[in-house]
Amino acid sequence: MTGEQLSTLFGLMLEYAVPTLKIFAFTLLYSIPLGMVVALLKMCRFKPISWLTNIYILIMRGTPLLLQLIVAQYSVPYIVRSDICPDFIKSLLENVDIRSESYTFNMMLFAFVLNYAAYFAEIFRGGLESIPKGQYEASRCLGFGKFQTFFRIILPQVIKRVVPASSNEIITLVKDTSLASAIPYMEIMYIAKKQVPLYASLMPLFMAGVFYFVFATVLTVLFSAVEKKLDYYR
Amino acid sequence: MAILEVRNLSKSFGTLNVLNDISFDVEKGEAVAVIGPSGSGKSTLLRCVNQLEKASGGTIRFCGMDMFVPGPGGKSVYADKQTLRKVQEKTGLVFQNFNLFPHMTVLRNITEAPVCVLKKSKQEAQEIAMELLKKMGLETKAKSYPCELSGGQQQRVSIARALAMNPEILFFDEPTSALDPELTGEILKVIKELAADGMTMVIVTHEMNFARGVADKIIFMEGGYIVEQGDPEQLFGENASERTKQFLQRYSSI
Ligand SMILES: Nc1ncnc2c1ncn2[C@@H]1O[C@H](COP(=O)(O)OP(=O)(O)O)[C@@H](O)[C@H]1O
Ligand SMILES: [Mg+2]
Repeated sequence: MTGEQLSTLFGLMLEYAVPTLKIFAFTLLYSIPLGMVVALLKMCRFKPISWLTNIYILIMRGTPLLLQLIVAQYSVPYIVRSDICPDFIKSLLENVDIRSESYTFNMMLFAFVLNYAAYFAEIFRGGLESIPKGQYEASRCLGFGKFQTFFRIILPQVIKRVVPASSNEIITLVKDTSLASAIPYMEIMYIAKKQVPLYASLMPLFMAGVFYFVFATVLTVLFSAVEKKLDYYR
Repeated sequence: MAILEVRNLSKSFGTLNVLNDISFDVEKGEAVAVIGPSGSGKSTLLRCVNQLEKASGGTIRFCGMDMFVPGPGGKSVYADKQTLRKVQEKTGLVFQNFNLFPHMTVLRNITEAPVCVLKKSKQEAQEIAMELLKKMGLETKAKSYPCELSGGQQQRVSIARALAMNPEILFFDEPTSALDPELTGEILKVIKELAADGMTMVIVTHEMNFARGVADKIIFMEGGYIVEQGDPEQLFGENASERTKQFLQRYSSI
C-alpha cells in the first residue's frame, strides 16, 4: 500500500471509530443505572418479581449477544403482526419507521443495554450482598436513617467491591461493540472488513485491531488506577 | 426511677421461644452484667432493646418513654417512629465484632453519627471525638483506618463511637469475645473506667471475675429465662440458686 492509501484508510477508520464509541458510551450510560434497578428487583422480597427478574437475567446471560442484537432488529414487524400482542403495544410500534437509520441504532442499543444491564445487575447484587449485616446494624444503632445508611455507609463499600468486576465487563464491551457489524451497523469493524478486498490487504483489519487494543488498554490502566485509589482501606 | 424497665418480655423466632418472661430494671449509673451459657438469649435480649429485633410481647420503657407497651387489645405494640428514633439515639450498642465502618477513618467513624444524626457542627463533633480518643488512649490513631488497628484498638474505637452519641445507656454484647486473650484486659479496663464515671451500662460477658468486680447487679439467664438476678455477693455466694452455682462452677473449672 502507498503512503497516500494508508492515510486515506486511517482517516476512514478514525471516522468509523466514532459510531463504535457511540455504542460504547450509550450502552454504559443506560445499562449501569438499569443494572442497579435490576439488582434491586432481583433482591425484591415479593417473590414473583424476583423470579421474573431472574428469568430475564438467565436469558440475557444464557444466549449470545449476537443473537439478541439480530432479534432486536427483526422483531418489530413480527410483533406488530402477531395475534397475542396487546393492542396498545401494536399502536405504539406501528408508527415506528423500520427503515430509518435511528431505528437500526436504537434497536441495537436496546439489545446492548438489556444484555449489559443483566451482567451489571449480577455484579451489583453480589456487591450489595457482600456487605456484612453488622454494618446495617451498627448504622441503625447510631441513629442513621435508611437513606443515610445506604448512601453513607453501604454504597461507598459496594462501589469499592464492584469496581474490579465492572471494569472487566466494561473492557469486554469495548470488544463486543464489534458485533454491531453483523446487523449491519457501520462502525469500525464493518468498515475494516469492507476495505479488505478493496485494498487486497489485511491492513484495515490490523488498524481496527490496534484501535480496540489501545482503547481496551487505556481503560485497563484507568481502572487499575481507580482500584488503587480505592485501596486506602481493606 | 429506672432508666430501663423491662417487664415480661418475650421473643420468638417462629415457633422457637428465645425469650420468656424477662423482667428487670436498670437504674441510672448502674452497671448490669448479663451472664449465661451460649444460646440462652442474651444477644437477643440486647437486640430487642436496641430495636434490631422486634419483641413479641411484654413491656419496654426507656427514660420514661413507652417504647413497647401493651395496647388496648392487650397485645404489645411499638411506639410511633419519632419516639423509637429518640430511644435509638439515646441507647448505644457495642458489638462483639466491632462493626466499624471500614471506609472511614477512626475520627470519621466517631463523628459521622453526631454530625449526620444529631446535626452537630463538624468542628464540635471532632473535638468530642478527639476527647474520647484521648480517653481511650488512641489520640494518635485518629487518621488511621480500622483495618490498621488491632482488635482491642478497634473495639475501643467502637466504644468511643457509641459514646459520641452521648447515650443514656450503653449495651455491650460480649465486647471481648472476638479478641485475643491478651487484648481483653484493655477493653475491660475501659469499661471499668466508664462504670467509675457513672455510665449506665448493660454488659453481656463471659468474664466472670470482671462481672463480679464491676457489676452492681448480675442477671443470670438460661434457656431464654432469667434464672436469678441480684448483686454479685448473692449470685457468687453460698445462697445462690443451684443452677447458678452449677453454671459458675462449670465456668471456673474451664
Ligand atoms: N435470627 C434468628 N432466627 C432464629 N433463631 C435465632 C435468631 N437469632 C437467634 N436465634 C436463636 O435464639 C437463641 C438465643 O440466641 P442468642 O440470643 O444469640 O443467645 P446468646 O447470645 O445467649 O448466645 C439461640 O437458640 C439461637 O439459635
Ligand atoms: Mg450472643
